[in-house]
Amino acid sequence: MTSPVDKPALNLSRIAIHAVLLLAVLLYLVPLVVMLLTSFKTPEDISTGNLLSWPAVFTGIGWAKAWATVNGYFLNSILITVPAVLISTAVGALNGYVLSMWRFRGSQLFFGLLLFGCFLPFQTVLLPASFTLGKLGLASTTSGLVLVHVVYGLAFTTLFFRNYYVSIPEALVKAARLDGAGFFTIFGRIILPMSTPIIMVCLIWQFTQIWNDFLFGVVFSSGDSQPITVALNNVVNTSTGAKEYNVDMAAAMIAGLPTLLVYVIAGKYFVRGLTAGAVKG
Amino acid sequence: MTTATARLRASPLDALQRWLPKLVLAPSMFIVLVGFYGYILWTFVLSFTTSTFLPTYKWAGLAQYARLFDNDRWWVASKNLLLFGGLFIGITLAIGVFLAVLLDQRIRREGFIRTIYLYPMALSMIVTGTAWKWLLNPGMGLDKLLRDWGWEGFRLDWLIDPDRVVYCLVIAAVWQASGFIMAMFLAGLRGVDQSIIRAAQLDGASLPRIYWTVVLPSLRPVFFSSLMILAHIAIKSFDLVAAMTAGGPGYSSDLPAMFMYSFTFSRGQMGMGSASAILMLGAILAIIVPYLYSELRGKRHD
Repeated sequence: MTSPVDKPALNLSRIAIHAVLLLAVLLYLVPLVVMLLTSFKTPEDISTGNLLSWPAVFTGIGWAKAWATVNGYFLNSILITVPAVLISTAVGALNGYVLSMWRFRGSQLFFGLLLFGCFLPFQTVLLPASFTLGKLGLASTTSGLVLVHVVYGLAFTTLFFRNYYVSIPEALVKAARLDGAGFFTIFGRIILPMSTPIIMVCLIWQFTQIWNDFLFGVVFSSGDSQPITVALNNVVNTSTGAKEYNVDMAAAMIAGLPTLLVYVIAGKYFVRGLTAGAVKG
Repeated sequence: MTTATARLRASPLDALQRWLPKLVLAPSMFIVLVGFYGYILWTFVLSFTTSTFLPTYKWAGLAQYARLFDNDRWWVASKNLLLFGGLFIGITLAIGVFLAVLLDQRIRREGFIRTIYLYPMALSMIVTGTAWKWLLNPGMGLDKLLRDWGWEGFRLDWLIDPDRVVYCLVIAAVWQASGFIMAMFLAGLRGVDQSIIRAAQLDGASLPRIYWTVVLPSLRPVFFSSLMILAHIAIKSFDLVAAMTAGGPGYSSDLPAMFMYSFTFSRGQMGMGSASAILMLGAILAIIVPYLYSELRGKRHD
């Protein structure tokens, strides 16, 4: 609705609008600012100052201690997230390709059944999934978590690609088929080169979902195989010893930084994924 | 001779080509049938058994559901869900729509402002919970900050107040999700036909009135999508409770997702835990089935 031609007049209501928007910006930023300030304070500084008081000295002890506690779990999260994101995206792309260009009897029904997975409350599958992981010898391993994330990520990744591919003119694929190009040739030569935007959307969506997951992490892993979110929760909610809020906040920042970074770099795709994942099939 | 061999060689390949799409889809079909529907059925069966620490398949009829309904903690969790869900959805929608409308007024730094509103959505609920647990810390958080700033009588101890702790969850969840609703409505507003607004303006209607009576009603689909997503987030909310309150004090801030987790995995009440999971599924179905129905019907009308 933006048009550069008619420049808005500077009047009272416009000033009010800007003031409200700016106030909201500050309010949304408060938790982040508080986390950062607290993470750089000494414990004494925290107990004498308040949330927004400037640190007497900036110290990295909170960060050092947090990193020493959670670095192994951070690595676990990488080991879980990277393969799970890549596999679920690849399978989603192939599924979407079949469901849009190579439909067969029953493929629509399958798509409908799959879509429900976007709404599935995972509590209804946790127990059977944990029995299965146990049987497969994958209980409490990062590979087990990769498998779970691939399985329960399929609904969204397939939805993304299928909805993107249905908007590609079918004539393009039909012509290639008449020329004798096969299933994978068409996919690799025609479809894939057109898919960069949706691949980005899907990668970023899956990365955020899997990195931020807590439920699967806490149910299907223990001890050394836990992801960062579970480790963070353990750090924050242990009741033994004196609370070290600087360590808590530094650990929270460490857990949050990868997704924040992706958001800052590729925010456009993040928003598109959110709205595409949100709005209909 | 050459054509015959060519045909012979081609036909199994052709057959493969014809089967390829199905072959490619087959693993996913297996996963969906077993991992989605099979597992739901399995959980459904478990909810009718006497399972405790280990699954046993001794029929218990509706006993687990009866125990669930006799359980005070389940009722607290369910009531909390209504309170939390209602407030979270209402406030998030109000703030999201409000900010979207304001941002739609040709604001110069719109891109930057939007980025700030939306960043909480990129964070894990565990990170959000950790941050807000600290902000709402009685004695050290906002409680102290506002007193330091001169508001002498200010007290904020909701986090340890069993009657108010749910509001803490609402605050954190609203902070996280309102920017997302703003983005959805802003996208919707960008699709509204400018000429309608111009025409209404020529008729002398004020801008707020135009938004309230013309623009926002035309965004009904966005409204329903948002409603459904937020309800879905509310029912699944588990991480936020785990990080902020762990259900406490006592079990005053429990939600069904938390209840299911602790009864199934910490207290060895698999049967009852499964029953609670099935009821959560019922709640989700009650929301999405009418939504999908109206979506599909709406599409057929177009």
